Amino acid sequence: MQSLLADYLPLVIFIGVSLVIGLALLISPFIVAYSRPDPEKLSAYECGFNAFDDARMKFDVRFYLVAILFIIFDLEVAFLFPWATVFGGLGWAGFWSMMLFLGVLTIGFIYEWRKGALEWD
Amino acid sequence: MTGQAFFFYLFAGVCIASAFMVIASRNPVHAVLFLILAFVNAAGLFMLMGAEFLALILVVVYVGAVAVLFLFVVMMLDVDFAELREGFLSYLPIGALIGVIFLVELVLVIGLFSVDPASVRPAVVATATDVSNIQAIGQVLYTRYFFFFQAAGFILLVAMIGAIVLTLRHKPNVKRQDVAAQVARNKASAMEVRKVPSRQGV
Repeated sequence: MQSLLADYLPLVIFIGVSLVIGLALLISPFIVAYSRPDPEKLSAYECGFNAFDDARMKFDVRFYLVAILFIIFDLEVAFLFPWATVFGGLGWAGFWSMMLFLGVLTIGFIYEWRKGALEWD
Repeated sequence: MTGQAFFFYLFAGVCIASAFMVIASRNPVHAVLFLILAFVNAAGLFMLMGAEFLALILVVVYVGAVAVLFLFVVMMLDVDFAELREGFLSYLPIGALIGVIFLVELVLVIGLFSVDPASVRPAVVATATDVSNIQAIGQVLYTRYFFFFQAAGFILLVAMIGAIVLTLRHKPNVKRQDVAAQVARNKASAMEVRKVPSRQGV
């Protein structure tokens, strides 16, 4: 247990160093850089004319579809990792269990391919 | 041991604070970013319990995928705060009623809550030293918990089909690439020689 956590000490050091560098780069401009704000400097610049609209517009729902299809196959791969580490000792039951799981998701994959969900338009 | 305790309080404190900010922040995008911070800290807590695989899966799946999904959902919502507050007074009575019911329930639950002394024992962790965390999961997930594993597969299938059925709308009149049909075109199928009558056009 202790050795397991000790394995992650480099990760803690890494996160600490990146935190220090990130904060230094974030904070130092406020201290050293000089700023003289001006309404014209701070306003949005859109090729010389006034901004038409708010930049925060609605996203297309198809991004959501791509994200959810990504999550599903992400989870499928996540289930493969523990299976791969103990594959030798699982025997045929474990093998066919995973094949059934993959088969079910392959049905979904064929469905989405045939429906054209992987294409943009 | 003190280092472990320090990191426990660090992760737990940041996790609770960011979970509070998820519901307290006005901007929904900020709420999602605080949710990501809460996920990362929960992963740290898992790591402290020795559940390496769960911790990293939490980072990969929740931070990498689910949070992105939430961001898309938040960005799809056209949140207009002035419009949201408009119906505040008309919803107030029923909202207050539900709030009071929840409060009474919570007070009852917390008031009647007691911990069985027999159940207080250290959290169960994999104590076998020769088996790593991921192997311990792998040894039971695919055989002993076969039905739960397959149920997870079917839930993923239903999620996939449901998302496609709900959101997939193909625009009509869009020309798509059809590689087989395009490659199979030849002179006979693509060209036609027409005899054009004089002074009439095709």
